[in-house]
Amino acid sequence: MESLPFVAELIISALLVSGGFFSLVGALGLSRLPDFYARLHGPTKATTLGVGSVVIASMMYFTLKTGEVAIAEVLVTLFLFLTAPVSANILAKAAMHQQVKCMKDTRGQPWSQ
Amino acid sequence: MTAARFGFPQPWLSVALFIVWQFLADGVTGASVVMGLILGIVIPQITRQFWPDSPRMQKPWVLVRYLVVVLYDIVVASVTVTILILSPRQPRSAFVSYPLKLEHPLGITILASTISLTPGTVSADVSDDGTLLLIHALDVDDDAELIRSIHQRYEKPLLEMFR
Repeated sequence: MESLPFVAELIISALLVSGGFFSLVGALGLSRLPDFYARLHGPTKATTLGVGSVVIASMMYFTLKTGEVAIAEVLVTLFLFLTAPVSANILAKAAMHQQVKCMKDTRGQPWSQ
Repeated sequence: MTAARFGFPQPWLSVALFIVWQFLADGVTGASVVMGLILGIVIPQITRQFWPDSPRMQKPWVLVRYLVVVLYDIVVASVTVTILILSPRQPRSAFVSYPLKLEHPLGITILASTISLTPGTVSADVSDDGTLLLIHALDVDDDAELIRSIHQRYEKPLLEMFR
């Protein structure tokens, strides 16, 4: 197996670690934040930066390894960016419909559905 | 709708479908080009009823600048949210009603998706008449400042594109 240049390996590793870190923080937020609406932020966020880093790392790795530009990862990002906001929106609407309580010092009101 | 039964009711959708298919097929070959053309013609025809008025996008180059701004904001704001999650203090959440200046449904969809993708804000609902967007902000001090920055960064370029 041919090894990649050291600098490339370094960058790819750094991207993978930061991707894992942001996904972990997203999961932590999911368990740690006080109310439903705040927890909603976790998954939509972790996907954006966490998965983004992993996707870039994957593109770099396979582009350098095979010599062809790896583009399938772009689609992963595209579909993720299309679906994540929609699911967050539907979850928020469902929560408002169920009149989920928000934490007590939240300013403003959810709309009645 | 007096448009012809054949042809391209959604030229941009056709182009997008064609390009996405080339990505999916993992490389441009004769077969993938033919299949991409078929999909680009057939899918807009089948789904034309779901597009009440065809989106007319002007100044497509503004979209490139818009995407760069959004990607930059995702990175910056992700770090902010990370610090917030790891810090022990309680976030100051708020529901903010954002007055929409955009009228085009596709423009509003893109704005709402952008708000959801950038960390710290999730768009929760659009009012029935399409003039207000309900946003849940995870941690914000000044509602007016949030509305102003969303208008400045995201809605302005979208207003240029969707008139």
